[in-house]
Amino acid sequence: MYPLKYHKPAALADAIAALGAGEEAKVLAGGQTLLATMKQHLAAPTDLVDIRGLSLSGISAAGGDVTVGATTTHAEVAASGEVHPAVAVLAAGIGDPLVRNMGTIGGSIANNDPAADYPAAVLGMGATVVTNTREIAADDYFGGLFTTALEEGEIITAVRFPNVERAGYAKFKQPASRFCLVGVFVAKTADGARVAVTGAGEDGVFRHEGLEAALSANWSPEAVEAVTVSPDGLMSDIHGDAEYRANLIKVMARRAVAVS
Amino acid sequence: MNVGIGARVKRKEDKRFITGKGKYTDDVRVENQAYAAFVRSPHAHAKVKGIDKSAALAMEGVIDVLDGGQLTGDGIGNIICGWAVTSKDGSPMNMGPWSALATDRVRYVGDAVAVVIAESQALARIAAEAVEVEYEVLPAVASAAKALAAGAPQVHDNAPGNLIFDWEIGDAAATDAALAGAAHVTEISLTNNRLSPNPMEPRSAVAIYDAAEEHYTLYTTSQNPHVARLVLSAFYNVAPEHKLRVIAPDVGGGFGSKIYIYPEEITCLWASMKTGHSVKWTGDRAEAFMTDAHGRDHVSTARIGFDANNRITGFKVDTIANFGAYMSLFSSAVPTYLYATLLSGQYDIANIHANVRAVYTNTVPVDAYRGAGRPEACYLVERIMETAARELGVDPAELRRINFIRAFPHQTPVIMNYDIGDFEANLDQAMAAADVAGFAARKAEAAGRGKLRGLGYSSYIEACGIAPSAAVGSLGAGVGLWESAEVRVNPVGTIEILTGSHSHGQGHETTFAQIVAERFGLPIENVAIVHGDTDKVQFGMGTYGSRSGAVGMSAIVKAMDKVEAKVKKIAAHVLEASEDDIVIEGGEVKVAGTDKAMGWHEVGLAAYTAHNLPPEMEPGLKESAFYDPANFTFPAGTYICEVEVDPETGTVEIVQFTASDDFGTIINPMIVEGQVHGGIAQGVGQALLEQVVYDDDAQLITGSFMDYAMPRADDLPSYNVNHASTICPNNPLGMKGCGEAGAIGSPPAVINAITDAIGNNNLAMPATPLAVWKAIQAAG
Ligand SMILES: Cc1cc2nc3c(=O)[nH]c(=O)nc-3n(C[C@H](O)[C@H](O)[C@H](O)COP(=O)(O)OP(=O)(O)OC[C@H]3O[C@@H](n4cnc5c(N)ncnc54)[C@H](O)[C@@H]3O)c2cc1C
Repeated sequence: MYPLKYHKPAALADAIAALGAGEEAKVLAGGQTLLATMKQHLAAPTDLVDIRGLSLSGISAAGGDVTVGATTTHAEVAASGEVHPAVAVLAAGIGDPLVRNMGTIGGSIANNDPAADYPAAVLGMGATVVTNTREIAADDYFGGLFTTALEEGEIITAVRFPNVERAGYAKFKQPASRFCLVGVFVAKTADGARVAVTGAGEDGVFRHEGLEAALSANWSPEAVEAVTVSPDGLMSDIHGDAEYRANLIKVMARRAVAVS
Repeated sequence: MNVGIGARVKRKEDKRFITGKGKYTDDVRVENQAYAAFVRSPHAHAKVKGIDKSAALAMEGVIDVLDGGQLTGDGIGNIICGWAVTSKDGSPMNMGPWSALATDRVRYVGDAVAVVIAESQALARIAAEAVEVEYEVLPAVASAAKALAAGAPQVHDNAPGNLIFDWEIGDAAATDAALAGAAHVTEISLTNNRLSPNPMEPRSAVAIYDAAEEHYTLYTTSQNPHVARLVLSAFYNVAPEHKLRVIAPDVGGGFGSKIYIYPEEITCLWASMKTGHSVKWTGDRAEAFMTDAHGRDHVSTARIGFDANNRITGFKVDTIANFGAYMSLFSSAVPTYLYATLLSGQYDIANIHANVRAVYTNTVPVDAYRGAGRPEACYLVERIMETAARELGVDPAELRRINFIRAFPHQTPVIMNYDIGDFEANLDQAMAAADVAGFAARKAEAAGRGKLRGLGYSSYIEACGIAPSAAVGSLGAGVGLWESAEVRVNPVGTIEILTGSHSHGQGHETTFAQIVAERFGLPIENVAIVHGDTDKVQFGMGTYGSRSGAVGMSAIVKAMDKVEAKVKKIAAHVLEASEDDIVIEGGEVKVAGTDKAMGWHEVGLAAYTAHNLPPEMEPGLKESAFYDPANFTFPAGTYICEVEVDPETGTVEIVQFTASDDFGTIINPMIVEGQVHGGIAQGVGQALLEQVVYDDDAQLITGSFMDYAMPRADDLPSYNVNHASTICPNNPLGMKGCGEAGAIGSPPAVINAITDAIGNNNLAMPATPLAVWKAIQAAG
């Protein structure tokens, strides 16, 4: 690692200030992505602003919504009785115990790895990303690979999940990394079905219109059968080509509905 | 408590390992410590046009930046392959030059070009990035088959067409004739996938130069410190042997990859002299993927012929072996004498011919990895046997039975002389333990759950304790393959065993102590095993090829024989009895049938006080021995794998894995089971998960665990491990070896099971969900 300056502010304002002051300052949450890239010399921030002293952890329910603080760990979400069980299951399937005890929801969606789990839940549930300056609907939040709507120096403070009628998640693990080769999150909302696919898209997490239409009409595993999932726009790598991923999207969608 | 042969003694060494108190090379801290970081080529093939060190040298705390010109200028020799293989036309193998630091050309991604020596490891790494190397990029090739094609990039000037050797074994004409006359011929084309060894502990070296004595000490992650010293001295000109001490302390796994002497160790030794600092280097995981010798990487086609009674008449094999960019220490022996000599498998085959072409590519050097050649042979033989059974419509177990060798010793047409075995006993035991009879019902039940269930066999044989020295010498080996031991009985009766074997996970501190404790009737705590230090142990050939039991322990037994003889002489003299009447039992040395006895420790004391020894006897009680085996040993057995495949995703679950092994005498069943478990885990890893992938430009795609899939606990089943043994007639303990069998025998069992389940025999390793799903689609 390169030498750098470490900050651990106790107030959000101080964190924002430290981020602005550093030449190339970065937010540090669980460090499960950032520290690894720094060790490999792929990132070289001059300053690290640790946001784990800002009291941004915790899960609270109000008016049907469940708000998960940005530095809430995957393990805390997995153990929570307040989040939708599908979200808890998703969190429980991330990485290994060390990763789950350190990694955070804010870090995961700020990073927006195309194979990460959380983007599927956030987009699939139609959640809201809350930052120090604004609220961003999930549909407007995720950009392409490792890209989001976050501005320079903007800090996610929480993710707010709405109430849905039913939801389910099914993940097919990439055999080496055990991130998502394909993860499908399905939610039955008052406005119809939402289906978010992670791990598969060349541009990261996306909603699948065909599956949403079929499931809006008939919320059942069988409804998935009739849908054609095109390999166009899907990733190909040594673990799965586009055709295989297209197959997995269907299989995982069916399984996600079955467990919803 | 019985601690002798057959006792499940808990491993003595585990206390320090599981409490984090093991002492590994990277734990060594010495005075005046500096750190090395290597500047590595990002290109698979390039000319080195210039190295600009100025920015790195200007950094505070950087001690020096050294390059290949300086290294060769100081007379450090090229890295060599220690086993000369001759092509079938009589020409010697074409070994290209390999300098520890590249001089004019780099040949794989990760090839070291320069080294930075700095006051901290972090600084050394940052400074290494500041070294600017000017490259002229050349075309590169990663696949061995492509490297042989006309017009392929030329990796070494002295290996035209990238061909290192074109070697054969067996009788081509007789085999062709046998195949021509066969009632049925089965043909198969296979790839044996390239693997990265991934021991838990990365490679590491600490080099210390004592200018006053002109003496070097090297702590390093080695499976064979004496061989390292010999090669560093005799070939790399680092220092003469008496001025070089090599210590391999606790080593966290090797699997073959720590047999070889790599550029980093050589460079650290040289740099310690050059800079006047002790130099430490510890690789990280990325460097391990990039520079540790890989394993396997064969492409083969094979044809096997059967007569009308389903008896094999001939077996013909053509193999291309990828050697990577340079010839590693034992690389040439692996796809020749450790591979083609095992192509007879467990079967009585009159005619075998194999042709092997060894090829340079722009990839990491390839050398021995757990099993080394034997897994490649076993995979070919056991895949083609299963395939033939399917084609012939014969039960695969039955086809094996028909062809088993039943009389021993058995001379195969490919050098090996099998000393003993009972292959059918292992097959029967495995089939009973696996409940093969109940398979059809289990398959039907699985089908009801939408799962495809399959069963596959592998009846493997392998060869351990490569020997004898004279024979391997005649086949081109640059070293002898004996082992040495010294038994030191201290004046108080405790014992130190100094062994040339090296333990890096095998449990020698326990098993070796068991045979000593049993032999002399002593508590196991009174026996210490000393290994891994050239200043302590007289000599040793190290640990690989499952040789520590059959060869290393045999040397200990020989030395114990000498100790016993002397103990009896002393006791007979003191107790005024005949030597022939002396027995050693329960910590005492007694006159049989009387109550006359001496305590074991009293004999030790008598030997060292020398107050009352037989006339002419030298004082002391310390004996050494060298043991050169008469033959290889031949562990064998049958593995049966049962899988369930999810046809929707191609996911394979191993629902049952049954082993019946013949390892000869078993010293510690718990440790042997552990070796089998670990071996099968690596074999399953090869079959289902692991694969080194290079792209067309020979860039390494699988450079981390994000893309290189290592087996994890939940990828693996609970193993059903059984033993049906025949006792090896060629060594005093009757041992065969168990370290590699699991990795050798399991891959074909897994693939045979999956292909049985999905009804498509065309499936390559690793059988990832993607590959299996594609094979299911192709089968329709
Ligand atoms: C071995 C391993 C296995 C893993 N397996 C999985 C898996 O199966 N599925 C999966 O989804 N993930 C997996 N991960 C990733 C894991 O979930 C990480 O925790 C997550 O990607 C990042 O969260 P973090 O809190 O550690 O963030 P950090 O590493 O601290 O930060 C990541 C990035 O986000 C930024 N950031 C962090 N928090 C905020 C914030 N509140 N506001 C703005 N920017 C912020 C940082 O500046 C940085 O750029 C794995 C990681 C490891 C090491």
